[in-house]
Amino acid sequence: MIPLHWWLIVAAALFCIGLYGVLSRKNAIGVLMGIELMLNAVNVNLVAFWRYITPQVLTGQIFAIFVITVAAAEAAVGLAIIIAAYRRRDTVIVDELDIMRW
Amino acid sequence: MPVDQIVKTVVFVIFTVMTLGGGLGVVVSPRIFHSALFLVLSFAGVVGYYVLLDAGFLAAVQLLIYIGAIAILILFAIMLSRGLMAERQSQSNQQWWIAALVALLIFVVLAAVLWRVDWPVASQQALASPSNAISQEGSQLGRDLLGPYVIPFEVASVLLLVALIGAVILARETES
Repeated sequence: MIPLHWWLIVAAALFCIGLYGVLSRKNAIGVLMGIELMLNAVNVNLVAFWRYITPQVLTGQIFAIFVITVAAAEAAVGLAIIIAAYRRRDTVIVDELDIMRW
Repeated sequence: MPVDQIVKTVVFVIFTVMTLGGGLGVVVSPRIFHSALFLVLSFAGVVGYYVLLDAGFLAAVQLLIYIGAIAILILFAIMLSRGLMAERQSQSNQQWWIAALVALLIFVVLAAVLWRVDWPVASQQALASPSNAISQEGSQLGRDLLGPYVIPFEVASVLLLVALIGAVILARETES
């Protein structure tokens, strides 16, 4: 078996790549893609912990399924908001979507 | 080192290159459309991870929901909001180097901590022989979802319904 540490470090790397995408992208869709990467990293962690530490109960997999559900809902609503904002303001650049800035 | 172990390690490395390479492509690619295609590559690498971790059902779910639904949805959104974004200056904002620094710092801290912890891994023997839960994983998952986890399961269905209606209302053309 591959050591658990490897999985955890790969997942941490994927999470940090996603974090960089969220913080550095101009395009709102790019930000959303970064969030998806981060959620994937969390799922890899959950499944790896399930397989290595508690293979007799499926809690890790169940949690991963719920994370996937939430990710799907988040992608649908997030993209709908982006499309609506694009229609209204003609831009998907997060810097220019500052109508709620105080 | 047994052959089995070597094969698993090689497969792991291949999927890691796919996942992390795809992820890097997502965040640095100059065109947003290419980013979305790299995202598909990254999701496919994660599918491989789930297969390697004996989570067959999750691998199928990942393939169907992430690659089949979310990635396609993102591609649609990019197509619908194109034009403006097609040829423009860089895709990153001015604070990208701070973001890179923060992400790198967090990775270094995480890696150092994760490496040092002595995880309470189940015994080698328990890991090697496929346990009951793994061999009957699909049916056990169904039983768990409708047994101890039935309330989160129902809440998730309500969440999906809310997201569905919300997405339709938000993206609807407003007639003036």
